[in-house]
Amino acid sequence: MSRHLAKALGLVVGVGLMAACASSSNTNSGQKFSGVTVRVVTFTGPQIAEPLQRRAPDFEKATGAKVQIITVPFSDLYQKVLTDFATKTNSYDATVFDPQWMGDYVPPGYLEDLTDRVKNDSTLQWDDIAPFFRDFSATFKGKVYTIPLDGDFQMVYYRKDLLQKDGLKAPETWQDYIDIARHFQGKDLNGDGKADYGSCLAMKRSAQSYWAWISIASAFLQSQGTKQGAFFDLNNMQPLTNNPGAAAALDVYKQLSKIGPPTQLNDDVGNSRGLFITGRCALSLDWGDIGTLAIDKTQSKVEDKVGAVILPGSKQVLDRSTGQLADCNATLCPYAVNGVNHAPFAAFGGWSGAINKASSAKVKDAAFAFLSYMSAPKQSGEDVTIGRTGFNPYRTSQFTNLDEWTKAGMSTQAANDYLGAIKSSLQSPNMVLDLRIPQSAYYQQTALDTALAQFLAGELNVNQTMNQITSQWNKKTDDLGRQAQLDSYKASLSVTK
Amino acid sequence: MSSQTSERVLRAATSRWRPIGARLDRSAGSVFILPAVLVILGFSIFPLLASLYVSLSRLSFSEGGVDLKFVGLDNYAKLIVGVDQTHFLGVVGPITPVSIAVLAAAYGLLALLLYRYITGPNRTAGGLVGRVVTVVIAGALLWLIANTILTSGRPGTLVVTIVYVGVDVAVQYLLGLGLALLVVQHLPGRRFFRVVFLLPMMITPVGVAYLFQMLTDTSKGPLYPLWARFGLTDVSWVTNPWGARLAVMIGDVWQWTPFIFIILLAAIETLPHELVEAAVVDGASRWNVFWRITFPQILPATTTVVLIRLIEGFKIIDLPNVLTNGGPGTATESLTLHAYTIWRALDIGGSAAVAYMLLLLVTFVSVTYVNLFRRRVAALT
Repeated sequence: MSRHLAKALGLVVGVGLMAACASSSNTNSGQKFSGVTVRVVTFTGPQIAEPLQRRAPDFEKATGAKVQIITVPFSDLYQKVLTDFATKTNSYDATVFDPQWMGDYVPPGYLEDLTDRVKNDSTLQWDDIAPFFRDFSATFKGKVYTIPLDGDFQMVYYRKDLLQKDGLKAPETWQDYIDIARHFQGKDLNGDGKADYGSCLAMKRSAQSYWAWISIASAFLQSQGTKQGAFFDLNNMQPLTNNPGAAAALDVYKQLSKIGPPTQLNDDVGNSRGLFITGRCALSLDWGDIGTLAIDKTQSKVEDKVGAVILPGSKQVLDRSTGQLADCNATLCPYAVNGVNHAPFAAFGGWSGAINKASSAKVKDAAFAFLSYMSAPKQSGEDVTIGRTGFNPYRTSQFTNLDEWTKAGMSTQAANDYLGAIKSSLQSPNMVLDLRIPQSAYYQQTALDTALAQFLAGELNVNQTMNQITSQWNKKTDDLGRQAQLDSYKASLSVTK
Repeated sequence: MSSQTSERVLRAATSRWRPIGARLDRSAGSVFILPAVLVILGFSIFPLLASLYVSLSRLSFSEGGVDLKFVGLDNYAKLIVGVDQTHFLGVVGPITPVSIAVLAAAYGLLALLLYRYITGPNRTAGGLVGRVVTVVIAGALLWLIANTILTSGRPGTLVVTIVYVGVDVAVQYLLGLGLALLVVQHLPGRRFFRVVFLLPMMITPVGVAYLFQMLTDTSKGPLYPLWARFGLTDVSWVTNPWGARLAVMIGDVWQWTPFIFIILLAAIETLPHELVEAAVVDGASRWNVFWRITFPQILPATTTVVLIRLIEGFKIIDLPNVLTNGGPGTATESLTLHAYTIWRALDIGGSAAVAYMLLLLVTFVSVTYVNLFRRRVAALT
């Protein structure tokens, strides 16, 4: 009996020793974050999640911190993380999310203030990040809460080879866009003998449709610079969704729904990008992703055939004093180019990393180090040139250093084109900032998105659509408090009066 | 003496203890059942009441927590008369001859059923009240269905869900019964088919949705050669309201027919052979054998399986969510998907209100169904 006991004891001690040896050989005690686990939540991807997953092991090797990337479907991300933080479950230490949602995350105090950290971190090179992303995307009421990992603007892509051959110029207005799309609709654009499409947009419900519509509408709704805002009247928080400008944008959107693939109403960006880079579309409206996907040799059939321009504009804009559409002039459209008002839309604002305030100090340090590592020029400079990362340029060095782009397979001309379109959007004083007020997810993802889907499907006409969006937005504004929402909206536009 | 005394004491003690023992015996049942009752209270009744309260309130985030503000029936008012009315109830179009004819026939049937109950022998006051309430609610639902589907209006999520359930369960039942009758025949390969027919049920609904997304894609996908042959590659049926609803219904029918098939197969296989043999000897036709012998005997299984599918069917979400995200417009959106889209924007009160409307609908349909069919079938057997 006692012999058995001694044997068992010996075994336990032996196994314990072995385990101790194993663990001590695994972790390097000299590393800064050995033994720390950081749980980062983002969306399923593969975009965005891919670079995080790919670089997490390198980060672990360098610092000892283990990074777990947890993914959830995009449409669940907002509420999943918010519910987790609000109910104090705190199963995530950091999130890579839409900075637009800060209006819901920051006021209740769920996110760590990163203002001092970003200033004191030399690897991050904070000043290299373009001012828009530093001062708007990452900042809420004067404090920094997120680290940008991605730069987001919507722009228009066109098939340079086709337009040149037919003597057409890149679209300057939405009417140009429609005309070019009509010109190519039904023609064979990639030489496979099948009829192709003039324009491919993501019009599926609960996907990216509403951003495309805002990209069109902003040209009609905002002409006096960023601080004018494109969503609400700054005097009374009345939505700008029931006027001739919004009607014109709906009309453009409806026309475009008919100049494209037959499945367009059920296509998300995955579909529209696939169609564009396989050469089946003459035009598309998208974030920076098509530019890098087009040079991906494994799937692209349009290498070096793609041009990019700033979002098309309009020669007529909404005159807020009369509530009518009026021709552009020097006072109405001070930033117009050739009489065309461009209002590039910073849709979404770029995927950004934020840290849960409730995590322990050590974990927060490690989480910050990881996000800083991801954003540092060395890593991000490479990631933004790879299509599948979903990351688009957002640092000054990424615009000036063409080497990374040519190394990735872009011709110098294409790189200049692509970066030029982003740069001209980024530098526009009439840029449209994405909506960042409490429950913006309801205003856009639910109310606007549903009404647009119903409009495209023919369930609602133009007036019914505008009425539905306006009444639902107003109801939500009243529920949450009109003055509070107006204050949030003004704060997001840095309007102090 | 002493033994007599002790016996008396013992007897007195037993007689004193007996009532307590009997009482314990009587309450033992309740005590043993208590844990189960507590579990049900904790996991079923409490969440039900809590979500009822949530449906009457509005959730917002505040410093360090969540605030629930009581708003009364505001969330329900939004659905019935407010900003979400057209989404939930749909849009009523001007009446058409078809809608009038269908409504007249349906109302006539309801009136006939009520009349037969009133003039029948088993009427009670309670039964009458229940039936009048049923007829009124059913009449209102029928009015909504007829005036949104058979006119130029459009159905809301409530009617779309009812259409899904009605069509799906009916088709599933007919197909399931047909397949079960085929498989009980002594055909070669029947074991193989029995397994094959069960396969769709074992795939996760999201998988089925992706499968049908590929199959319904006319411009690419596995059926492309077929569409191309008929020149249909430029027609997308998932961007047409009824085409998209049809795609969802085909997917649901494909997935859940096996469930009805397997239950009916089990029921048919356990039937005694003697009755059928006797009927055949007496010269009964195949139809007569089915209609007068097989069918009445599988009625109990039929009513149960249909009830289960009815309740399950109302909860449909995976297929429309993945296949079309509820689009085009709101054409394929079921009540559960409606609740889900609202919940995603963290309007938890509004979402709970939709869920409660669904609960009321399911309860109404199930209770009506049980009263109309199950009791009669039970009386038959």
